[in-house]
Amino acid sequence: MANMANKAKANNSNSNSRYTISVLVANKPGVLARVASLFRRRNFNIESLTVGTTDRDDISRMTIVVNGDLRVVEQVMKQLNKLIDVIKVSDVTEKSVERELVLVKVKATSETRGEIVELANIFRGRVVDVSKDSVIIEITGDEDKIKAFINLMRQFGIRELARTGMVAMQRGEKVVSV
Amino acid sequence: MRAANAIVKAFEEEGVKHIFGIPGGAIIEVYDALYDSTITHILTRHEQAAVHAADGYARASGKVGVAFATSGPGATNTVTGIATAYMDSSPIVVMTGQVPRSLIGNDAFQEADITGITMPVTKHNYIVTDPTELLPTIKEAFYIAPTGRPGPVLIDLPKDITAAEIEYNYPSRVSLPGYKPKRKGHPKQIRRAAELIMEAERPVILAGGGIILSNASAELVKLAETIPAFVVTTLMGKGTFPENHPLCLGFVGMHGSKYANYALTECDLVIAIGTRFSDRTTGNVDSFAPYAKIIHIDIDPAEIGKNVRVDVPIVGDAKEVLKEILKLINYKKRKEWEEKVNNWRRKYPLRYQNDGKLKPQYVIEKIFEIEPESIVTTEVGQNQMWAAQYFKTKYPRQFISSGGLGTMGFGFPAAIGAQTAFPEKNVVDIAGDGSFLMNIQELATCVDFNIPVKIAIMNNQFLGMVRQWQELFYKERYSATCLRCKELRFDKIAEGFGGVGMVVERPTEVEETLREAFEIRDVPVVIDFRVERLENVFPMVPAGAGLNQIIDG
Ligand SMILES: Cc1ncc(C[n+]2csc(CCOP(=O)(O)OP(=O)(O)O)c2C)c(N)n1
Repeated sequence: MANMANKAKANNSNSNSRYTISVLVANKPGVLARVASLFRRRNFNIESLTVGTTDRDDISRMTIVVNGDLRVVEQVMKQLNKLIDVIKVSDVTEKSVERELVLVKVKATSETRGEIVELANIFRGRVVDVSKDSVIIEITGDEDKIKAFINLMRQFGIRELARTGMVAMQRGEKVVSV
Repeated sequence: MRAANAIVKAFEEEGVKHIFGIPGGAIIEVYDALYDSTITHILTRHEQAAVHAADGYARASGKVGVAFATSGPGATNTVTGIATAYMDSSPIVVMTGQVPRSLIGNDAFQEADITGITMPVTKHNYIVTDPTELLPTIKEAFYIAPTGRPGPVLIDLPKDITAAEIEYNYPSRVSLPGYKPKRKGHPKQIRRAAELIMEAERPVILAGGGIILSNASAELVKLAETIPAFVVTTLMGKGTFPENHPLCLGFVGMHGSKYANYALTECDLVIAIGTRFSDRTTGNVDSFAPYAKIIHIDIDPAEIGKNVRVDVPIVGDAKEVLKEILKLINYKKRKEWEEKVNNWRRKYPLRYQNDGKLKPQYVIEKIFEIEPESIVTTEVGQNQMWAAQYFKTKYPRQFISSGGLGTMGFGFPAAIGAQTAFPEKNVVDIAGDGSFLMNIQELATCVDFNIPVKIAIMNNQFLGMVRQWQELFYKERYSATCLRCKELRFDKIAEGFGGVGMVVERPTEVEETLREAFEIRDVPVVIDFRVERLENVFPMVPAGAGLNQIIDG
């Protein structure tokens, strides 16, 4: 919360910014539905949401990226905290590593294939499938990197795009755990 | 032990004395087990009413109310009741039957995804998918419903689970790592609050329903007298502070008194306790208490800063927090403010024209005069607002009304719940004709169980509150609000059910009829007050306007 307050002061609290929230939840059926229902009912917008288990079988981690002003995001966090199955909610927007994995299927001809692969290499992407008229590239990175890469691929023609959504973890000593 | 019997035993262990509900195929095992129980089951005639009754029971007694329903339509009928309890933070446990696990998801006969449907209107809900989870789930439900910010919890029970054999080992504690309500306020914020209180020249306490839930009325009175501060209440806060107390300005907001709304607008400090600053209370938030600092005490952190800006947030239980604040403050005379408010009070009293016609306000004044200790429930609309204005509540849990959801049809079954909790008291539902019709079938329940609830209908033959809006804001175009029906005889309907019916047409008949009604202790009494049809509720702050932009009659 302290993070967010500072950020808001810097940004002006009414403007929209992007926040990354890490949520530890009980690994029970229906938890995802509860979180989704809450976002819809409270009229919050999710930019991305990922779920996966943690090192404990009974606890999952959701990473939620939301866009909003400080008040909205504070409400998101407080409302999430009220769900009985939610164990911990942390704002990890600042000082964290954020990563997303993306698969892009790009149109490729014999003329363009070389250039595409070269660009993928520059972005430390990997070619994971090649066919007669397309290639699939796997790329991981933060939001800016992914955006930049996808924009570059547009000129060749994107045939399909699949994104995992963002996961995040704070740098250094800090941990979000129970 | 059969799971159904284990359920009933667990409910007994939780101290449940009454359950409201209607059986059906999916919950028949549990009803079979109830047959041998010490718990009294009150068979309502509609599941919505069962939940409202459980809710009324909870609001009147402070104990968890319980309702049962079968799967499918039984379960979906509970939804309005659950949403009503949710909006007003009322602790109830609702148990619904469900089709056997093997059929879930198949659109089986009477299958409805009630946990999905009620997710946004319950504090928490469960579907039991393994017999071993059954008892821990019941334990959790009875723990979650009344603690923290109270609310409804639903348990959905597949039929095959209720028939399973399980070992009866009812847990003595719950393990809920994600649920730790905070009771103690932050000492630093409490000190800040005390400082602001001592500095304030024009303090006002805004008392909400959270004070009732926290049983903090005694502390509230002490706080108001120590400062001293005038007290305005929300609709849900009625009863937190005795309305005959010289510091009480009564209920505030859209239909609050002028002096209460002026005081809240002109004050320099709002001490808001257990309230969520609903739009009906604040009016336009941009012009809410423009000169005031705001202290907000609430057990739910999400309420703080949700609707209005707050200077000192205190998350905690009202009782605990007030006790701490009381240690840090002392009396300071604020003569000018006191005189100013008392002047408003003299100049702008609540009033209505007493012109020989039968006025609903007069009827309500008489009910209060004759039986001031009565528990009053209300329906929704004009009747509710008149009740809030003219029934001068004396103690907490005396005034029971659907504030958040505004559910027509709530008052009568809620009165059944309240009467069940307090058989010796007088319980009066102050009703509108439209609202009463929405759960009128419960007259049968009252006759069946000798529940002597009084239903005082302010019969204007209109959906009155909507008609009032149409008169004031829609050029008197009374679209679909006239309820006049050739000859609708509520007294005859009451008699048809086996209750007592009375009709009152003149002010002179009011007192005698009420006295006669209050004598009846074994069956429900419906009193059809044929009131002035076009009477309006004033004062009124139009929706979206500031609290000092008041329309008078
Ligand atoms: C279930 C439900 N449906 C509709 C409304 C909208 N509504 C609010 S007040 C009102 C009129 C209530 O009429 P009545 O019960 O006769 O009371 P009056 O206002 O005349 O006292 C209506 C229809 C509501 N609050 N609840």
